[in-house]
Parts: sequence; C-alpha cells; structure tokens
Amino acid sequence: MENLKTELKEKIIDVLNLEDIAVADIQDTDALFGDGLGLDSIDALELIVLLDKDYGIKLTDPKEGKVIFQSINTMAEYITTHRTK
Amino acid sequence: MESLYITHVCKIQSQQIILNDKVVFEDVESADLNSFLKNGYKNQAYDYAKFFKMDHLSKLTFLAAEPILQDQDDKNIALVFMNRAASLDTDVKHQQSIQNKEAYYPSPAVFVYTLPNICLGELSIKHKLQTENCFFVSENFDSKLMYNYAEYLIRHKNVDKVLCGWIDVLENEYRAVVYLVEKQGEIEHSRNELEQIFI
Amino acid sequence: MKKVYIHQYNYLSPLGNNAQTNWEALVNYQSGITLQPKLGNLDGYYASVIADKTIDNEIETFDTNKLPRVLKMAIAALQPLIEKQRITPNSTLILSTTKGDIKALEQDNLEEASIPFLAEQIASHFGFRKRPIIVSNACVSGVLALAVAKRMIQMDMMNEVYIVAVDEVTEFVVSGFNSFQAMSFEPCKPYDVNRKGVNLGEAAAAVYVSANEPTKNSIEIVGDGSINDANHISGPSRTGEGLYQSIQSALNEADITSNQIDYVSSHGTATLYNDEMEAIAFDRLALNQTPVSSLKGYFGHTLGTSGLLETIVTCQMMQNKKAIANLGLEHLGVTKPIHVLQKHIDLDINYALKTASGFGGCNTALILKKV
Repeated sequence: MENLKTELKEKIIDVLNLEDIAVADIQDTDALFGDGLGLDSIDALELIVLLDKDYGIKLTDPKEGKVIFQSINTMAEYITTHRTK
Repeated sequence: MESLYITHVCKIQSQQIILNDKVVFEDVESADLNSFLKNGYKNQAYDYAKFFKMDHLSKLTFLAAEPILQDQDDKNIALVFMNRAASLDTDVKHQQSIQNKEAYYPSPAVFVYTLPNICLGELSIKHKLQTENCFFVSENFDSKLMYNYAEYLIRHKNVDKVLCGWIDVLENEYRAVVYLVEKQGEIEHSRNELEQIFI
Repeated sequence: MKKVYIHQYNYLSPLGNNAQTNWEALVNYQSGITLQPKLGNLDGYYASVIADKTIDNEIETFDTNKLPRVLKMAIAALQPLIEKQRITPNSTLILSTTKGDIKALEQDNLEEASIPFLAEQIASHFGFRKRPIIVSNACVSGVLALAVAKRMIQMDMMNEVYIVAVDEVTEFVVSGFNSFQAMSFEPCKPYDVNRKGVNLGEAAAAVYVSANEPTKNSIEIVGDGSINDANHISGPSRTGEGLYQSIQSALNEADITSNQIDYVSSHGTATLYNDEMEAIAFDRLALNQTPVSSLKGYFGHTLGTSGLLETIVTCQMMQNKKAIANLGLEHLGVTKPIHVLQKHIDLDINYALKTASGFGGCNTALILKKV
C-alpha cells in the first residue's frame, strides 16, 4: 500500500493545487481536513471526483467522504478495498 | 456636494504590473499567462496559498487589487468590477470536462469559478470586506456606469471607499485596471479622469 | 431622492407564457418541475424546463430557427412590455444573466457565448439606442439588476429602464451543480427537514422601471442592499452575516423596521446550508412571525432569472392580496423558528422583502411597497 499512499499524496497536491506542499510534508496519519492540511468543502468534493476518475469508485453517499478522507491511511485502505480501476 | 477622488491605480497588462504609474513587476520571459501570474505572486512574496486554487480571473484580480488593499485599514470598501468576457476563460475549461462522454469528470473546483463575481468574493474573503459588491459585464469599460455607481455607494450607502476595476481575461489575452475611489485625494473622480486611466 | 417604481412586468416559465397564466397556475399549486430525460451523465433528475414550442409561439413574426433559444426567451419576455410602452432614445436595457448563451460552447463558439453579444442582440432587436448594461452576479443578479436600476435612476443616469432576465437549463449548469452534490433527485423541498438540494429551472422575466408617475398597480422599490458574507466562495456564512446586513441596509433606506414587513419572498433553494443560513438571518432580524415562502418549488432555481421572476410574483401577491405558499415543505427543518407558509393565505401586503443569495458569498435584499 506504500506506493498507493505516495501516489495519493502526489495526486492530492496536484488536483487540489497545493503549491507549497511536497509529498514529504504529508504524513500518512495527518488530518487532511480541519487543522491538518486545511482542506475545505470544495476540496472534499474534488476528492470524490478523484476517487471516481482514477480508481473507479462512485460514492453513493457523499457523507461517507468524511470518514474516508480523514487521512492518507484511511483513503488508501478504502481505495484498496473498493477500487475498480 | 463635495468631490470624490481617485487614489491608487494598479494596472496589469503586457506582462507588467504597474502601481501608480510605476512598474513594480515585469516578466517578459514568462511563457504563458499562468507563469506570469505565478511569478507575479512570488515576486511580491504574498503568503496566501488559496491563490493557487483560483482561476485566471481571480488570480488577475488578486494581483491587481492586493497592492492597493494591503495598505488599507478601513474595511468599509465596496467592490465594483466589470469585464467583457465574464467567466468565459474558465467556462471553456468546464465545457472541456463534459465534452467527452467517455471521460466525463466535471470538477467542482473549476465549476465554482464559472461565475464572474467569484473574484469579488475572493477579495471579500481575504480582506474581510462585508460590503456592497456588484459585477457588471460590458463590451468596453463603461465609465458612465462605473462613475455613477461608485458615487451612489459612497454618497447614499454609507460606504467609505469603492474599489473599482476592469478585469478581463480570455485565453492568453488579459487586461486589469483597478482604482480606488474615496473622500480624500488629489485626482478628482470624474468620467474624464476615468477615461484617462483607461487609455 | 426620486421614488422609483416597477410599473409593468411579464414572464414566461413552464407554467405559462405570460404573468396572468403563471399566477393562476401558482394559485392552483401547480409546479413546472418534472422528471427529465438523461443529460450528459445525469439520469433521473428533476428540473423545470420550458417546451420549445411555447417559446417559438411567442415570437412567430420572424424566422425563429436561426436565433439561439436563450435570445428567443428574452425577446418573448420583453416584447409585451415594449408593445405597451414604446422605446425612446432615453430607454435603457439591463440584462440579468449568469450564463447567457453558454450552449454555444458546445460548438466552440466563443462569440455566441459572449454575454455582451447577447445583450447587443436583444438591444438591437427592440431598437434601444443606449448601450445595454449587464449584471452578472450569480443568483442575486435578478434582484441586483432591480437595485441597479433604482440606484441609477436616483443618480439621474437613466430614467426609463427595461430589465430582462434569462438563463437556461443546460448540461453546462446541470453537470456543475451535480459535481457540487447540490442537486436533489426528487422535487425540491425548501426549508424541509428532508431537503436534499436544488431543482434547476429556466424562465425569462422582464420589468419596466421608472420614476414616472405611478398607477394604482405600480410597486415602489423603497430600499436595497447587496452585501458579501466574506466567508467562503461556495458556502454561505453560518451566521447569515451578508444577508443580515443587506436586509438591514434596505430597511434603513426604507426607514422602516423589520416588523413592518408583511411578507418575505426568500431564496430558499432547498440546499441544507442556504435554507439554514436564511433562517438564521431572518431570526436575527426578528422576522420569525412574518410569512415567508420560497417559490423554487414551482419554478425550480432559475439562476439569473430567479431574483427578477420571484420579485414579479411578489408584486402579483401584493396586487392580488394573496401570499403564495412554499411548495414542498412538510416538516420545518431549520434551527430557527420562521413562519414558512404551507398553504396560500389572503394577506394585505404593504411592504414585502425579497432576498437572494449566491455563489461568491453575495446576498441582495429589496424592499417593495404598494402604492
């Protein structure tokens, strides 16, 4: 799962336009929302698009996002279980 | 009835940022608008990560308005902007994301910028300006409307100052001219003076 | 300051091709919102869409095939007003729209998608001499255009003003709202505990505004305010700050207090956040007992048209002494007590408040007074 976690960090930096952040700056357990990386509601919606586009996962209930996107770890686990791409 | 005045004019055109007739940034070598905007941001060492989430219209607005707003303590500044292309520069990007039914991934971060007034929202948020906002679209700068609307807000709506501007961008063509209207100053706020600024 | 009035109005929607037919449909609790065929990747969504025939029937006098649909809608709405009230060299056209002819981008046609180009076509069709003014400020555009007209008439910049508002339901907008998870897959339920988002809609509306001597049907615009939340570009302020200040500014200008407002025509899009924000703002202004309703259950969210359309319907309520209910509400689901109408009521409305809010943190409030 390590490759996936690195890949996720790269994609998040790219898709969310996090200009001054490098892969090394994001710890696997860091909170992505709130105080950690400080992502907001539009970022959450973008991550839902990312799940669909890159991993073929369609979230039926966007509220699930709150749990899935807590950290890189939770995202990687969810994707590993549910990916269709 | 006392006069109002134009103080502070910031222009962005031909790869230059010009504040009160002085070139504060020049980047003749940047390959495209995106690079120019990024370099303009870095040159002023702004510390606002949200800049990189903005579309071209909002980035241009930010770079043209920030040199004026950063020195203002007064929060009672209304925002009145105008352009020709509305949000077409970003509209095209959203359209591209839905053009191919096989790869159909509309992006909320792009879609939110498919309204021209978002650039006003970005300034409001950064500087906490809970003030009158209005976005007009026009083929050319309408000095009569801008003059009258700014005058109205200060004279009748308890607004202290109005930040006015023309911020237009479509593909690689862009021009921004932003100016502040207030109760004290040297250059009279008049249609003639506005037209001079826009030459 | 000059007194400025709405003297004439007209609109077309899926409920009818003129104001009277629409009013009768509203009184009968009819909604224009229906299940739509698949659009892009979206299936099973609800929207309020006008039949093409309805639009084409209104402007049968020339070759309609070549004109963009959104232009036809605008012409159809404005035409009856101009037949009543001849254009003069002093007449000004104000266009309110969020996307204009955005469908033209499907063919890469940037020229047709240009909003000034659309305004120019409307202006030259009717023979306006002065340059058109365009307000494009998200979903508050329709109300803001009225405020702009009133303000500029009071500055003596203009006198006879025709405002036309138009927007279409397009794949461009539907796909965008869907990417925001903001669309409901059932008919919308403003202020309801089970509300799930917007239904989009389309309409074209037009008004004639001036400082000329009012008739008994004229409605005066006595106050306005258009203040930004300064909070977030897509989510409204949790304290309803911008809306609160906009309404306060309008009340101050009208020189009345909130308890003199007889009815509120709110924005009520049926998203979780918008409706809650409005309830908070109305509560802060002690508008808890004032009858409130959103018209989105009948028309859907008509974007750049919504503010003007809903203001016109409010004028009809004032003229007919009847407040129209908030279609779609079963159980109130906002944290502040507000009086959302579930049935129409007979009501003498002397002062009405119209509000709108939109992306970018914008909010606009307008106060109307019966003559």
